[in-house]
Amino acid sequence: MLSTEYRVLRGPEGYLPPAAASMGVVLPEKGSALVEGCIVPKEDAMELIADKLLSAKNPFFFPGPLVLWAWKDGVVEKAKAIKEMAEAAEAKIIPMPDYRPKYPMINPAIEINPNHPNLTIWHNKIDVCVFIGVHCHYANMALKIIRGGTECYTIALCGEAGHEDAMISLRDVRVEDLKRMTQIIMEKKGVGK
Amino acid sequence: MKKNIFQISPSFYDVMPAEYRELVENGPFEKKVGVSDLGAFKELSEEHPLCAGCGLALSLRLILASLPNPEDTIIVGSTGCSAIAFPQVAVQNIHSLFGNQNAIASGVKRALTLRFPDKIKDVVVIAGDGATVDIGLDMVMQSWFRQERITTIMLDNEAYANTGGQESGMSQEGAVLHMAPKGKTFPKVSLPELARASGCVYVAAVNPAKPKKLEKAIVRGVLAARELGPTYIQVFTPCPTNYKFKPNETIEKIKMRVKEGTYETTEFISAEAQELFARLEEGKK
Repeated sequence: MLSTEYRVLRGPEGYLPPAAASMGVVLPEKGSALVEGCIVPKEDAMELIADKLLSAKNPFFFPGPLVLWAWKDGVVEKAKAIKEMAEAAEAKIIPMPDYRPKYPMINPAIEINPNHPNLTIWHNKIDVCVFIGVHCHYANMALKIIRGGTECYTIALCGEAGHEDAMISLRDVRVEDLKRMTQIIMEKKGVGK
Repeated sequence: MKKNIFQISPSFYDVMPAEYRELVENGPFEKKVGVSDLGAFKELSEEHPLCAGCGLALSLRLILASLPNPEDTIIVGSTGCSAIAFPQVAVQNIHSLFGNQNAIASGVKRALTLRFPDKIKDVVVIAGDGATVDIGLDMVMQSWFRQERITTIMLDNEAYANTGGQESGMSQEGAVLHMAPKGKTFPKVSLPELARASGCVYVAAVNPAKPKKLEKAIVRGVLAARELGPTYIQVFTPCPTNYKFKPNETIEKIKMRVKEGTYETTEFISAEAQELFARLEEGKK
């Protein structure tokens, strides 16, 4: 296991926490994942994600525009796999349909906004959340705000290179990865063995 | 862009907020709707944080309903009251540094033309009088000189309204505001005349008291900019907060100013724009 001194841990870390990348946390290579700033095998991270979701009091998935909108081939299938994973984990879903700041305020009971994600976390008392389908720059910003101001544990299932600012991050997440995680969750629940 | 990319992934349909579902099912995209249809389709602005009776909010609502091609329109805004309404608007929009809006819009238009040479992409600047006639006048006029194919819409509330009420170039001579207690010492700038002299192919000064006229000007401004060159539309949007009148008197104030001749409604159509509009009208028949 590679490590740096800085750990990406459950917050609140305080106002304006540093970007994990600036503290030496590096993105994982293909086949690896990040757990709290350390690079681990992807399968280990998947197991840990299942544990975190199943032990959470109030887990939520935050799907973003890349999976909420059927804008290209393959998205509908990915959305279906995400929904199945959330249902398996008995997690609720709050969408992030776009990135408008929507001043003066959003309705935190029904949507999340990358510019003030803490409002949705606080309002719904969310202790574990999963980001998926959120464009990377907005995900990084939201993850940092959550780490700074809440005690929510963050998981980022990224279709690209992963997120240093999430407590657990997978990279190159495809439909088969989501199905694999759903299977792990079901096995841990003692279903479908 | 086609409406089919606005489809919600079926698995997430049940969790999407109602406003998004309504926009997909009953929004103005790929429909021929306008201000006469308000109330019969889902509007592009859910709500706004502007003051009660704000002429700008009313005008913005009418402008959004008038856009001929909202799914392929990019709005460039600037600092001012309108900037705090735009985060609620369901049209692609960019906030620029104060006064830079027409420079940004020029770049956006050029980039879109290169990236999507076979598609129609309308770029519309919507900014206040301070951003347009004071701080951004250089960028505004240079974009007109360069014949950029963009539409510039000024929301003219005759003040810097959200910073406490300073006079702008568009305030009337003698106007007294919170931050301009001595009264303005020079006349209101006649930007429509400057626009015409600077190469705009279509220029109009309209107001929300005449919604159909406002709509016609917006449609003409966007279509002429798409085909010919820069266009300018000035919309009178009185501010009850800074000019101290009741929120329900906004429309009356507009009518009064027009009647007394202190706010002129005008329209200039260049020969080439006249030809374009005639051709488009002919195509409709």
